[in-house]
Amino acid sequence: MPAVPSPHSHMLLRIFTALVAAWLALVSIPSQAEYADVVLNRRAEKEGVRPVIFPHWFHRMRFRCKVCHSELGFKMRAGANDVTMADIIDGKFCGMCHNDQIAWGAANCDLCHSGKKGLPPGIYGGASTTGPGKW
Amino acid sequence: MSMQWQRRVLQRLSIALVTVLALPAAVYAQIPGLQPTQRPLNLPYPVQLQLSKDGLHDTANSGIKMLQEPREGLAHLPKDYPGNGVNWVKALRDGVIQPRTNILPETKIEVLDLDILLSNTGEMPMVLFPHRQHTEWLDCSNCHDRIFAKKKGGTKGLNMFAVLQGEFCGQCHGAVAFPLTECNRCHSKPRK
Repeated sequence: MPAVPSPHSHMLLRIFTALVAAWLALVSIPSQAEYADVVLNRRAEKEGVRPVIFPHWFHRMRFRCKVCHSELGFKMRAGANDVTMADIIDGKFCGMCHNDQIAWGAANCDLCHSGKKGLPPGIYGGASTTGPGKW
Repeated sequence: MSMQWQRRVLQRLSIALVTVLALPAAVYAQIPGLQPTQRPLNLPYPVQLQLSKDGLHDTANSGIKMLQEPREGLAHLPKDYPGNGVNWVKALRDGVIQPRTNILPETKIEVLDLDILLSNTGEMPMVLFPHRQHTEWLDCSNCHDRIFAKKKGGTKGLNMFAVLQGEFCGQCHGAVAFPLTECNRCHSKPRK
């Protein structure tokens, strides 16, 4: 006996396919930058280098928040820290560690200045609130 | 034969699909520690993108080959749904990561094990604030007295609107710590 599908089972099949498709779509939503990646570009591009990308995830695997936000003096607000290359070379801010002893030194421009041209400064990575994450 | 048989197969497939997707979620919902992180349809944990595909890094820069890929760094850490897909508090507590507490030798490291109950939360469950998890990462001076008064009840203007605007808890939660979509992680104490 040939299998003639009824309109009803067609409908069920469609619903079933739609469910699977919706689930797959939800599953495969691409994320963007890593949560809490910070782009520093108030000075960088004006001075002819790429914007800086600061990955919080990389640093917090190795240092607790308090190291940078207390000892190094970084304020906990994207855009609130006005850091110049001269400060860093003097051993302030990033330069407390990026001194060729704890981490790579200031001569390795491309490792920090690694962002795309034209990126506005701020915090990236799909923060889901209107907090500082959406700045 | 065919019509009824097909219908039955499809029905069973649908039931199986719903069971596979929904049942583990229902089970997770019964485990207290997992409750706030459970998600509908058992979404898989987020997978970190390559630096060259994250929309930020300049792919023309040969320097990015020197940088650690997020997946390489984070894949072995305890998993979570929001943020980086990492349960950072657990990663620290389990010793999977041993981040340094200080650079300067004279820095005093303080960890305070004191829970604070915030009961003025309207219809929501009360907020239980654990100092321990916070002080393992942060210095007292990061919050006191810049954001929060040391004295209980001394902080003025703390409400969810301010938090959602990035004030108070929102300085970190929603930016770098777990986001404000995870209501139950803070609002964890039901009113009796």
